[in-house]
Amino acid sequence: MKKLILTLLALIPMLATAAGPSLSLDSANNDLADKESLKRGFKTYINYCLGCHTLKYQRYNRTFADLGISEEEGKAEWMYTGEKVGDHITNTMPAKESAKWFGSAPPDLTLEARLRSPDWIYTYLRSFYVDEKRPFGTNNKIFKDVGMPHVLQGLQGVRTMDENGNLSEAKGGSLNEQEYDALVRDLTNFLEYVGEPNKLERERMGYWVIGFLVIFFIISYFLKKEYWRDVH
Amino acid sequence: MFTNFMAWIDKRLPVTDCWNKHLAQYPAPKNFNFWYFFGSLAMLVLVNQILTGIWLTMSYEPSGDGAFASIEYIMRDVDYGWLLRYMHSTGASAFFIVVYLHMFRGMMYGSYQKPRELLWIFGMLIFLVLMAEAFMGYLLPWGNMSYWGAQVIISLFGAIPIVGDDLTQWIRGDYVISGATLNRFFALHVIAMPLVLVILVFLHILALHEVGSNNPEGTDIKKPKGSVKEEDKSKFTFHKHYTDKYDIVDAIPFHPYYSVKDIMGVAGFLILFCWVMFFAPEGGGYFIEAPNFEPANGLKTPEHIVPVWYFGPFYTILRVVPDKLLGAVAMFGAIIMLFALPWFDRGTVKAMKYRCTWHTINLIQFAICFIVLGILGTKAATPLNNAIGTVASFGYFGFFIALWFYSKNEKTKPVPERVSG
Repeated sequence: MKKLILTLLALIPMLATAAGPSLSLDSANNDLADKESLKRGFKTYINYCLGCHTLKYQRYNRTFADLGISEEEGKAEWMYTGEKVGDHITNTMPAKESAKWFGSAPPDLTLEARLRSPDWIYTYLRSFYVDEKRPFGTNNKIFKDVGMPHVLQGLQGVRTMDENGNLSEAKGGSLNEQEYDALVRDLTNFLEYVGEPNKLERERMGYWVIGFLVIFFIISYFLKKEYWRDVH
Repeated sequence: MFTNFMAWIDKRLPVTDCWNKHLAQYPAPKNFNFWYFFGSLAMLVLVNQILTGIWLTMSYEPSGDGAFASIEYIMRDVDYGWLLRYMHSTGASAFFIVVYLHMFRGMMYGSYQKPRELLWIFGMLIFLVLMAEAFMGYLLPWGNMSYWGAQVIISLFGAIPIVGDDLTQWIRGDYVISGATLNRFFALHVIAMPLVLVILVFLHILALHEVGSNNPEGTDIKKPKGSVKEEDKSKFTFHKHYTDKYDIVDAIPFHPYYSVKDIMGVAGFLILFCWVMFFAPEGGGYFIEAPNFEPANGLKTPEHIVPVWYFGPFYTILRVVPDKLLGAVAMFGAIIMLFALPWFDRGTVKAMKYRCTWHTINLIQFAICFIVLGILGTKAATPLNNAIGTVASFGYFGFFIALWFYSKNEKTKPVPERVSG
């Protein structure tokens, strides 16, 4: 009996190794609790991404509230095209035409961080290189033949890939490497937030619930013991 | 006041009698161990699924256009919607974990043997309906894995000769999986299947209370009337329904003894459950698969189409058979074998500890094969995985075949008359 349980327990670690990504991704090391970082990421998103990629499941006012932006400030400084604060974060990109322009319509990115992971986004945005064979002249190391051009090229600069697959800078952009990585980290942070706006609340609540349950378990253990005293 | 009220009720509906017969004076063996928690935990999870399901239904929109967005609406705009949704999605996986452990308990202690065959059959029907319920529920978020997983499973019916193609079309209600499929799956998931499930659970418990609970020793706590000396009888009061026919030994009333013990089990279970729910609701990509964060897209298949983990063992058996029809037969055969377990086992000794060593080895190899099949079901079908899967499939079916042979003239150890300790 004991042996059987031990055998079964010994098998559990096999489950843990059952899946693993084959790509090597850089760690984003983003911090969801850092509201300034989220705000910077939101700004970058509005300026560079929103033109093509909607966040159609997320509302402006929810984002403002979570990031500590007042609605007045939000309306004045974060919304440009006359939406209402309760609106979802969308754009005017026509889906049919955009599919013609880029090969496929730019996807909504609300859940991108949950679909692919924050590390993937962080790595992807730092993996563009020059490839004259592509329609926009750029390709991506971890997303081969992606339809999207390197929108942040002006910031990062131009990079080329050698035959070993290593990327190197051919022409600098307006940001140096550290500044660019920080900008992408903030953007990644924002996208992880948008993927699950309740994540921090969920974890905060989790500690209280588990704490309560541990106490409840101890009480129920002694209650059981008390009742079972007359069972022989 | 309350006594009067209960007397009034009892004259019209046997509430107190029912309470005593099934709870406060129901004789349960006193030696239940850890493995006996999973029945009550399965009930807890069922209640959790029904309650959270009702509230999710209030905000969910069963249509091809609205389903995916309505899930995100629940996750973002509905107060504590994210909590309800995670309780439901984590609950689905937890349901299968406790049910698999509950079933294995029955296998270890021979709880399916005579006279508990019907009890086992009801349990297996619950398992079957639960799989249908989970499969249909998994389509509802309308994510890309929902879509393609359903596509693969429904296409299995296409392997049936002659009627196959018409049958798949009839199930889908369309030529492809579409909003029509989603709508009917929604109806079946929220009404038909839960209703059947609750009725089956009721019958399962009724059948259990008719034959009485087995225990880890596999001894009978109900002895022929008059065969037990007065001082050996259990000192607790049991319902006359049981004491009129039997002398009861080594038993305690279910309530309060097992009700307080099960509360402790519930607390322990909830710690693990809530830990997953609050800190890893995706269950490492097993409870909520990553491709499901992308809406269903009939033109874009996920990299690997794999079913949710709890279908893994049966999916692997399907996959390792090179022929589609034979694969489907093997998969359904794997479930039929479980149904027929009471008749594969020709032994009379129930508990593993009093049976031959081969039986223990057989049970262990079965458990290992089942887990290996489950792991392989969530991975890509490489030649190596298929080879391992084939071996494990033989182990799975071999368990039943071997049991049939060695259980006939099995060398068993003497079973004590009474529960030891």
